[in-house]
Amino acid sequence: MRMTIVRTGPMTVLKDAGRPGHAHQGVAPSGAVDRGAYARANALVGNPPGTAVLECTLGGLRVSFDEPAVLALTGTDAVLTVDGTPAAPEQPTTVPAGAVVAVTMPRRGLRSYLAVRGGIDVAPVLGSRSTDQLAGVGPARPAPGDVLPIGELPVVETRALPISDRQGPLEVDLGPRDDWFTAEAIETFLSAEYTVSHASNSVGLRLDGPPLARSRTEELPSEGVVRGAVQVPPDGRPIIFQADHPVTGGYPVVAVLTPEAADRAAQLRPGAPIRFTRAPG
Amino acid sequence: MTRFLTCGREAVLAEVDDLDAALALYAALRAARLPGVVDLVPAARTVLIRLDPAVTSPAAVREATAALEPEGPGRADAGTVEIPVVYDGPDLAEVAGHLGITQDEVVARHTGARWTVAFAGFAPGFGYLTGDDATLDVPRRSSPRTRIPAGSVGLAGRFSGVYPNDSPGGWQLIGSTTERMWDLARPEPALLVPGVRVTFKAVR
Repeated sequence: MRMTIVRTGPMTVLKDAGRPGHAHQGVAPSGAVDRGAYARANALVGNPPGTAVLECTLGGLRVSFDEPAVLALTGTDAVLTVDGTPAAPEQPTTVPAGAVVAVTMPRRGLRSYLAVRGGIDVAPVLGSRSTDQLAGVGPARPAPGDVLPIGELPVVETRALPISDRQGPLEVDLGPRDDWFTAEAIETFLSAEYTVSHASNSVGLRLDGPPLARSRTEELPSEGVVRGAVQVPPDGRPIIFQADHPVTGGYPVVAVLTPEAADRAAQLRPGAPIRFTRAPG
Repeated sequence: MTRFLTCGREAVLAEVDDLDAALALYAALRAARLPGVVDLVPAARTVLIRLDPAVTSPAAVREATAALEPEGPGRADAGTVEIPVVYDGPDLAEVAGHLGITQDEVVARHTGARWTVAFAGFAPGFGYLTGDDATLDVPRRSSPRTRIPAGSVGLAGRFSGVYPNDSPGGWQLIGSTTERMWDLARPEPALLVPGVRVTFKAVR
């Protein structure tokens, strides 16, 4: 089976579980920005974990298939339409050959995940079909007119994965470099309201808000960073690293989001308010 | 002495005294293949250990890492690479001026030094090389270039490196090579991975 890309919207890329194991070559893991929504999309269509899907930022995606296909859309409240008719949300949907399948603009959330039963079967790069938009590693970004092969993976029965409805502050664990900041800065970080800046992308969420003062001002030798790490550059305004983060960072990381909080951060739009709180043990 | 720093629920940051100790710990971790460890990020003074929380936990990884016995200050040998360089970089004169030596002497010291890949980063295939000639120590350019061609050979601080792809950058450029630092057709695309020993050879 083949999928034809009709339109991509502002930003559509291929994502899967990522490519860990290549940091020594200067390659970060990448992978889906909202891992929970990504995993749910695959589970809904019966794909095994790790299967490649489309990650669509702010809707506008249109595709069609040359054979009947089973699809699922997760991540936002964007609606999957089939020749203009809305499909049930968070459900596997069978679409006929030739139908135009569209992802509408979400009202809530940022990144939708469109899974196709069988998986998108382009050639993997270093074991993954994720496009790392910082490093430029992985399959090319789909463009209108592209035809992508759909695989023939055996259907696996997976129990339905729950949709997280967590709200409130994003939970963090302090460290590794919280001791590089003043006590007042830590208090500010855990109590103040920040705003997601427009200069945010799949590499990092830049935050506007009260700057965090350092107690140690020497230069930190670059060190490895993780998804969800809250790095504080010299201007004191935090950056939350997302899936396409660099391998290493040269500024202290004050805290790291829990995996659940990192998934929620993936859905925050520019202008969204954001607060942090310490995760329970 | 290894210090362990909290780094979220899916990693542990191990901090040691210096680069040699970081490389030794990295080599020991690579050899140990601890269950659930999915990625290792060596750096100047740390090794980030990424883990799969479905298989292991930060506490278990800390304990297993503390029990390792990294081998002395010696660096694990990961092979040798000779890189041919045309020493015609746009910053060669400035580097010579900064060090108070001739351009030929810069070339002699760069080719005479024994370099080792300390760690990767910045871009796929970019290895930070440390050398045994402490006099080759230059500041970064005060204003980074917006585009540096692939194959450019540079200096920054006591590091040397080769840009794998066209990219912005602030290193002082002393030459260029046709050797490919990053080639996806190779089983391991990066030529320079931690532990590899490197020498540069002047060519025309």
